[in-house]
Amino acid sequence: MNKIVKYIIFDIGRNKIILGYTVCLLLIALSLFNLEDGGAKGILSLLNIILIIVPLVSIVFATIYLYNAAEFIELLVSQPIRRTRLLGSLFAGLAIALTVSFLIGIGAPVLIYHPRGAGLMLVVVGTALTLVFTGLSVLAAVLTRDKAKGIGVAVLLWFYFALLFDGIVLFILFQFSDYPLEKTSIALSLLNPIDLGRIMILLKMDVSALMGYSGAVFRQFFGGMTGSLIAGIALLLWAGLPFLLALRKFSRKDL
Amino acid sequence: MISVSNVHKKFGKLPVLQNINLACLPGQSIALIGPNGSGKTTLIKCILGMVVPDSGTILVNGRSIKRDWKYRAAIGYMPQIGRFPDNMTIAQVFDMLKDIRQDAGVLDEDLPRAFRLDRIMDKRMHTLSGGTRQKVSASLAFLFNPEVLILDEPSAGLDPLAAETLKEKIRLEKEKGKLILITSHILSELDDIVSDVAYLQEGQLRFHKSLCQLKTDTGEQKLAKAIARVMESAIC
Repeated sequence: MNKIVKYIIFDIGRNKIILGYTVCLLLIALSLFNLEDGGAKGILSLLNIILIIVPLVSIVFATIYLYNAAEFIELLVSQPIRRTRLLGSLFAGLAIALTVSFLIGIGAPVLIYHPRGAGLMLVVVGTALTLVFTGLSVLAAVLTRDKAKGIGVAVLLWFYFALLFDGIVLFILFQFSDYPLEKTSIALSLLNPIDLGRIMILLKMDVSALMGYSGAVFRQFFGGMTGSLIAGIALLLWAGLPFLLALRKFSRKDL
Repeated sequence: MISVSNVHKKFGKLPVLQNINLACLPGQSIALIGPNGSGKTTLIKCILGMVVPDSGTILVNGRSIKRDWKYRAAIGYMPQIGRFPDNMTIAQVFDMLKDIRQDAGVLDEDLPRAFRLDRIMDKRMHTLSGGTRQKVSASLAFLFNPEVLILDEPSAGLDPLAAETLKEKIRLEKEKGKLILITSHILSELDDIVSDVAYLQEGQLRFHKSLCQLKTDTGEQKLAKAIARVMESAIC
């Protein structure tokens, strides 16, 4: 595996965009922590940025990179290499590069200014979201042959998870507000990695008390051992399943 | 060495390969000939595992290539249009492939030397002309001394000198007893490098016979004229 990953990481490393992403994250994190006098407030401000920016950059950058790697893929599929290994290496290369960017840009400032529960959870969730959206980008790129369409699908996926999904959940909760929906809302939150990440971070902060009754339900469920285990497994599935699906599709794809 | 049996392939509704049967033996040099869109490249890609046939089996060295990948170590492939990662230099592409095919043994660096690639090794792939890219592509196909060479329109885009060099190389490898599969539309250049002719039309293999046989059957001395005869009779 590592031979091809090495070449991919080397190639991504030469790309200035990934460097720009790191610097931007670093600037945002540092300025927020300094504006808010460090600590929990800084984490709260960072939260929304991470839940929006990290998935967007991960999925768009990875999808475009995969389309641009068409030549690379074409060159290597006629060589004695397993196809699954080729796609695995691309996924690993992208995931490693984006994760390292995130850890330098956000992870380092958080560790300096707020190395406590919520801060650490923020870093974990950000890393998980990077993996999830890289996996989704691999799926988008494998499923669609057309570049513009593939990038469109990737952006729409982000749009759905980052913005649309919450709207749908709110709609359901309002429409059926006469019924007990606590269990449903927990189940629904498992269907969106961004929501899941938000809940996991908020529960580590004092502000979760502000989330009212449903906040209490979330706290009861996700605060416990089983709850956080389920949330962790759900995030892992979100990172793994799209990629496994892409792998299956790719091993039978005509190139 | 390579045996293709009952291979079918459709792209959507369009049948591209229909019931292809083809047996290739070491020492043979087979010209795959056919009009545009007759399925030559698709057949080659099936053998390389780049396109997965809908049905049928392909054996390389007696083993089915389905879900296998190691067999590709025995094949050198030169695509119709060599596409390479833009940002890599020629040297990096060579190094990467050498790195991947470490167990290839002795490398055959005749072609890079003959094409004088050593002087431009540090150029990036996207700065190269189409012809130079073809030279890199050809060099890579021969580099690992494979038992099978699959060349898809090898001389397209090469200058006359380079085309002649490549032709000479193909002849040399053929004499070493390698199996060579070659497609080309320039039939006159195939005359002295092929031993067999396989003719594809509309996704069907019309015939596969030795060059001598074809010449006797059509009563022509040149491959180009013999094929022209075949194409005429196919239309009638």
